[in-house]
Amino acid sequence: MSPARGKDVRRRLVRSPGAVAGTALLLGLFLFAYAGPPLAGWGYADIDYRALHSPPGARHWLGTNRIGQDVFVQSARGLQKSLLVGTLAAAVSTVLAAAVGVCAGYFGGWTDRVLTFCVDLLLVVPAFLVLAAVAPRLRAAGWLAYAGLIAAFGWMITARAVRALTRSLRERQFVVVARYMGVAPLVVIRRHILPHLASFLVTDATVTVAGAVISETGLAYFGFGAQPPDVSLGTLIADASDVPTTYPWMFYVPAGLLVLLILAFHLIGDALRRALDPVTAAAAVRGAP
Amino acid sequence: MPTSPAIRLTRALLLLLVSTFLCYLISSAALDPRAWFEERTPRPPAAVVDRRLAELGLDDRQPVTERFARWSWRALHGDLGRTLDGTPVGEEFARRAGVTARLLLVGTVAGTVLGVLAGVWAAVRRGRLPDRALTVFSFAVLAVPPFVLGLLLQAGALTVNDAAGRTVIRYTGERTPGLQGGPVTQLRDALVHLALPTVSVALGAIALYSRYQRAATLDVLGAEHLRTAQAKGLTPGRALLRHGLRISLIPLTTVFSFGFLALFTGAVFTEQVFGWHGLGSWFVDAVHTGDVHAAVAVEVFAAALVLLAGLLGDALHRALDPRVRRR
Repeated sequence: MSPARGKDVRRRLVRSPGAVAGTALLLGLFLFAYAGPPLAGWGYADIDYRALHSPPGARHWLGTNRIGQDVFVQSARGLQKSLLVGTLAAAVSTVLAAAVGVCAGYFGGWTDRVLTFCVDLLLVVPAFLVLAAVAPRLRAAGWLAYAGLIAAFGWMITARAVRALTRSLRERQFVVVARYMGVAPLVVIRRHILPHLASFLVTDATVTVAGAVISETGLAYFGFGAQPPDVSLGTLIADASDVPTTYPWMFYVPAGLLVLLILAFHLIGDALRRALDPVTAAAAVRGAP
Repeated sequence: MPTSPAIRLTRALLLLLVSTFLCYLISSAALDPRAWFEERTPRPPAAVVDRRLAELGLDDRQPVTERFARWSWRALHGDLGRTLDGTPVGEEFARRAGVTARLLLVGTVAGTVLGVLAGVWAAVRRGRLPDRALTVFSFAVLAVPPFVLGLLLQAGALTVNDAAGRTVIRYTGERTPGLQGGPVTQLRDALVHLALPTVSVALGAIALYSRYQRAATLDVLGAEHLRTAQAKGLTPGRALLRHGLRISLIPLTTVFSFGFLALFTGAVFTEQVFGWHGLGSWFVDAVHTGDVHAAVAVEVFAAALVLLAGLLGDALHRALDPRVRRR
């Protein structure tokens, strides 16, 4: 991206209410997750036997659950995990998508045919169901394994888009000239193809974070994710699912944080798309997990 | 894409076969039916467990390829194996699929149609209040994971019931157990139970499809042939209806197959939240108990659904776009 264009994009981003709101929201959630627990003075696994099901108050800012654990600290812990798993999974899956998509699009021929078949195959395999089947086996390996697993099943649609973009870039003059000058393929890809994909990849990665967060909390909701005493926003929501009206803080705090987190990434992604590509601000919104 | 329907069909079948193998492989490796038998009290002798596993074709001491070969040979002849408690998978599957179909059908159809209509409407009113409202609505719904959406609807229903002092909205199960009365009472009871899950399914579909349809309609609105039609005296609305709508539906056909998978995955959550015993909750139970055959049945069904939706999308594409048909 040229410096002038970068400045242009930055200006558009700063002016976009969505980008500002999304970034502010994300910063707020980040602070809540990491700066909150030390301030509250409770551990996420601590049990306060003198406060069972207690509503929000001075002792427990956002109340306690049925065995006296602090909802504020537990939610913060769950939020930390969602942030980590989401960003890590998105990063891994974006790299994977870029690698596969560029190779398929640039080299064509059999490379393309084999990779496209793999992409199509993984798209047909019901990702979330397979994730759910495998997740219990990975409990010992912890959240890092979940991030890898979610990434492994979340890169295919992006790879398709990257492949299509690469195919059209390949025919552009500066790439053709470089090829005829005998520049090695990997150098062409690094110097001339990847920079043109960067903006798409960044935008797509933001939306992928949201999808990964939904997958992780969904697994946890079914009991396939984090195991006690550790928590995830999904386990907290599942734990409160039968009492949303009797003990609202137990349900609305983790559910609200989860929704705000996904919303923040959607807002930033949408704003990035508009800023990078103002002509066709066609918002192609990604589906559920 | 210049591929003939025959090639596409062959490709789809090949994909289905390979993905069936993958699903079987992954599920067999990940699930542990032996543990389920061994965890019973009193713990059965190892020989009994071994025999039972061998009977079911789930003996983990045999190589997985061998197990797959035997299972797939029987599956080709219509026998999908048995669940851990001995029920034929095919029977249970048919029953459960009916429940899931009832859960999804109305919500999906209504959601898709409403989503497309809302998308067109928003595109025509671009930048005005309806468009903005729809954008906010879509963003809000898409930011709420399906299980949270279901739980929120339940909480809402509970509040309504509390306010009314009686049960106006039912939110668990498919019907009231032990309800007496004629077919009219039964039907009304079933509909009352269906209302909330249907809304839950429809909201997601509306949010998703309206975004795509809005973008597609906006692309068409700027097209020259629409301007020509208007110059020849058609009103903007009429021009869009007659010459634009058909084209704007084309991008949706490619979204179709993934949208379908998302819907099916969403149904897994919706079933869990609303206590429906369909394919989704069957799958969740299967993972908990280590029931390989049941899990594989649901996974392969989902894969087939995606391929079918893809082929259907292709057919729709052909029907809508004469340029594809000519090839």
